[in-house]
Amino acid sequence: MLERPPKVIITKIGLDGHDRGSRVIAAYLRDCGMEVVYTPPWQPLAAVVKLAIEEDADVIGISSLATDHLLVPKLIDALRAAGAEEVQVVVGGIVPPTDEARLLESGVALVFHPGASLQEIADGVRALAGRVRAVQEGAST
Amino acid sequence: MNKPIHPLTDELAVGEARWAKAFAAGTREPGCISNRSGVEIKPLYTPRDWAGGQYADALGFPGEYPYTRGIYASMHRGRAWTQRQLVGLGVPEDYNERLKDLLAHGATAISLIPCNSVFRGYDADEVDAELLGTCGTVVNTVEDMERALEGVPLERISCALNDPSPFTLLAMLLAVARRRGIPASRITGTSNQSDCISHFVANHMFFRIALPGARRILVDHIAYANRELPGWNPISVVGQHMQQAGATPAEAMAFTLSSALQYAEDCIARGLDPDVFLPRFTFFFDISISFFEEVAKFRAGRRLWARLARERLGARDPRAWRFKFHAQTSGVDLTRQQPLNNIARVTAQAIAGIFGGLQSLHTDSYDEVLSTPTGEAARIAVATQNILREEAHLVDVIDPLGGSYYVEALTDEMERRIEVLIAKVDAAGGMYAAVEQGLVQRMIGESARRFQDAVESGRQTVVGVNAYRTAEASADVRPLEYPERSRITAQLARLAEFKARRAQAAVANALDELARAAHGSANLFAAVLAAVEAGATHGEVCATLRRELGFGQPLTVV
Repeated sequence: MLERPPKVIITKIGLDGHDRGSRVIAAYLRDCGMEVVYTPPWQPLAAVVKLAIEEDADVIGISSLATDHLLVPKLIDALRAAGAEEVQVVVGGIVPPTDEARLLESGVALVFHPGASLQEIADGVRALAGRVRAVQEGAST
Repeated sequence: MNKPIHPLTDELAVGEARWAKAFAAGTREPGCISNRSGVEIKPLYTPRDWAGGQYADALGFPGEYPYTRGIYASMHRGRAWTQRQLVGLGVPEDYNERLKDLLAHGATAISLIPCNSVFRGYDADEVDAELLGTCGTVVNTVEDMERALEGVPLERISCALNDPSPFTLLAMLLAVARRRGIPASRITGTSNQSDCISHFVANHMFFRIALPGARRILVDHIAYANRELPGWNPISVVGQHMQQAGATPAEAMAFTLSSALQYAEDCIARGLDPDVFLPRFTFFFDISISFFEEVAKFRAGRRLWARLARERLGARDPRAWRFKFHAQTSGVDLTRQQPLNNIARVTAQAIAGIFGGLQSLHTDSYDEVLSTPTGEAARIAVATQNILREEAHLVDVIDPLGGSYYVEALTDEMERRIEVLIAKVDAAGGMYAAVEQGLVQRMIGESARRFQDAVESGRQTVVGVNAYRTAEASADVRPLEYPERSRITAQLARLAEFKARRAQAAVANALDELARAAHGSANLFAAVLAAVEAGATHGEVCATLRRELGFGQPLTVV
């Protein structure tokens, strides 16, 4: 068990505004006892990095319907450049198989596709947050 | 339920009681099922639920008030629905190729989906290049539009533009028509993404303008079209965005009608005549796989709109009472698992829409849940419509489910629920006020969550997802490749070259004029058209209006 609940940012980057997925996931993770920071769509990458640092988030969940996932490798680079490489990034939405491989290679921890259950997503996020905390504790001892 | 007025009521009551006993003995389930809108569905409907005595008032004949059975006397028997597939990808040349292919395969009208950068009010050189042309066509200038529509007979084909506020794509279309010598009066089609409220509450595909600015731009657009473009539908009020965002079918219909009332009341306040502008109002809906509920949604909406247009908006011309709608099969119902099953889902959805009396139909491609559709999948979607129309003969009889005890009782009940929701929005002060308060977004959000819970718990079966699962079989589906980078690079170079070549002073003057119009009472669409004709780009027009009318944000509620 984590001492503090996992802290997750649920957001959308890029140009698309369809936010049903992000709203449903945010509400569910909150109901599961996680601390959720939800943003409206259209977030610039720099704003997401800043938010992750300010909020000391464990996980960033990017919801993508219309190819905005193509920007996620840039987000991961930006997190690294800002020294926040421990924050784990997960992507949920329409991600074609070839892109999924590219995302995982760039450092995305998990990709969820349509049909993934809310429970499966919550379990994945919780496990990732646990790993982030373990790394942090390892670093501080 | 309707009052039983059937002469055989007593006999029927006895018979129904006898049947109910036999039914209960033969089923283990309690028999309590409700549809997505929360209407409880009984296992059997009889004349006790809908007797037909109210035929003239409740249904009437096709083409006659209250239009429950259809808005035209001949409906699909006279003229089949328009097959309108959404198309938009890559650069204008890519779009033009796909368009010609679809027209050759039976599509009878065209559509244009712009790149998301266009929805958001930016030119190609203002956004991350990775996102250009991946889910819509990059169109920023009149010259882009010329290339997109090369060889397409604009004077003969209706054109649905997914053209969000401030309607620069229509301005470009009109400019292209003028260059070809086609009078604006010959241009027919629809501004498909004109319903700004649905953008603020549901899909957030707008150009960061503040809501009051969007409201003004829309009324100006309707006023301009009423005056100058007799063949153009300036507004399509959209239930699809809200239903895709999670609204139930009843909510989607109710909020759409509330939005339409709000727009109509704005037009009346501007001094426009409902008998002139209402015949050019159109609607756009989602068709979910909840088959009978969708049929009833459309029939109830059609009847209700006729009453609202006549009684509340005071329209006297019967053309103003007609509920013309385009519908699209629901992408939310499609699954990534066993993707070919989506062809069956789209077929069921399309039949519901056809029985619901639609005027225009887009059938989704089975691979939409994997990526932007491939050419092959898009052709199957068109073929599905041809099969339903010409092999299955769905067009032979008008409103073939009319008179079904179930469908009529359900139509009545959906109508009641829709009316209750409209009353809620009215009580909040109308649709603009209701979305500013978050009322609509909250209801949509709760419904989205309720549906997801039903899927999660297995109460709602989704084949291949929570039932009948098999080993993943999506490997044999080839997702579309993204636009060729070289074409995107060339498009960016062309934009730069266009911006360098045009008459700079004329562009600056036209944009100044647009800014002045924003603070005065001159028609904004006329100013947008003048700016586009002078060589202003989409991004420049949007930037000017944002600056002058204020920045906006999505009105989200979680």
